[in-house]
Amino acid sequence: MAKHRARPEKKKTDTGGSKEDAIEVMATVLEPLPNAMFRVELENKHQVLAHISGKMRKNFIRILAGDRVSVELSPYDLTRGRIVYRFK
Amino acid sequence: MIVCKSSAELDMMHRAGLIVWDVLNELRQAVRPGVTTMDLEKLAAQRTAEHGVRPAFKGYRGYPCVLCASVNQEIVHGIPKASRRLKEGDIISLDFGVECNGYFGDAAVTVPVGKIRPEAEKLLRVTRESLDRAIEMVRPGNRLGDVSAAVQQWVEKNGFSVVREFVGHGIGTKMHEEPNVPNYGEAGRGPKLEEGMVFAIEPMVNVGGPEVKVLEDHWTAVTTDGSVSAHFEHTVAATADGPWILTRPREIAGASW
Repeated sequence: MAKHRARPEKKKTDTGGSKEDAIEVMATVLEPLPNAMFRVELENKHQVLAHISGKMRKNFIRILAGDRVSVELSPYDLTRGRIVYRFK
Repeated sequence: MIVCKSSAELDMMHRAGLIVWDVLNELRQAVRPGVTTMDLEKLAAQRTAEHGVRPAFKGYRGYPCVLCASVNQEIVHGIPKASRRLKEGDIISLDFGVECNGYFGDAAVTVPVGKIRPEAEKLLRVTRESLDRAIEMVRPGNRLGDVSAAVQQWVEKNGFSVVREFVGHGIGTKMHEEPNVPNYGEAGRGPKLEEGMVFAIEPMVNVGGPEVKVLEDHWTAVTTDGSVSAHFEHTVAATADGPWILTRPREIAGASW
């Protein structure tokens, strides 16, 4: 029986900071954790573990407890997120 | 990772292969005008049960039958039907596999129904010869691309086209193992073949273009342009003595089918 080869997927050309299909929500930083991770509280009071996006890390955007941030969540794993913006 | 089989394992695969050979031979003798593809399915199922082995296709990703019977413009994975009656001039690909003590054998042959058109006859001959040439390349030290290129070159030289969307495969304790064995490629490329590697090599060749579509039953693959298609397959091991066709008796030499 011949094997049906999956069609090669088109490469995603993503230029913006946000990865595809993510849910973007507002959150507040509760505490900084090692390895550039943060415990953040979402507006719906859920707490998730969020890491800092590569672009923010590159530009040395510092994040402190209490900061308002924008967090992207993957629809597959809602317990982790990515901080993509720190509000002033 | 491509799993290399020990000689004991190859013997086990040969046992599965011989059953496949037996059943396919009986099936191809049963092909004649008036027979339905469901008749062939029933015969295959009965013989599989008599051998006391498990049919490899039934239930594989939900495939409903033990046999794939693909007529004329159907390339592969035709589901047997009581309403599909063979008539003089058809060609039918019979694809069959079993699992025996945990090891798989997989082979296919395309047979004419009665007298067929010269073009169809040439298609069968060229496809079978492309398999012969591919099998010849299954030797330790060669590369997988040599096998693929052997098929493609022979087929295209004769003015036919090679199906891209379906490929041969490694085989062993699963029906589909690594690697993919496409029927097109460049000689000298790809992984180096080693002793004990086993491949199901299966050229699928169309008279017209290489384009394929899969019907609403999610299985039957047909040529987009409606041209006829042929399919031959053997399970072949690379050994120090050269290629070993596991899906036929060792005494038989010469052309693959």
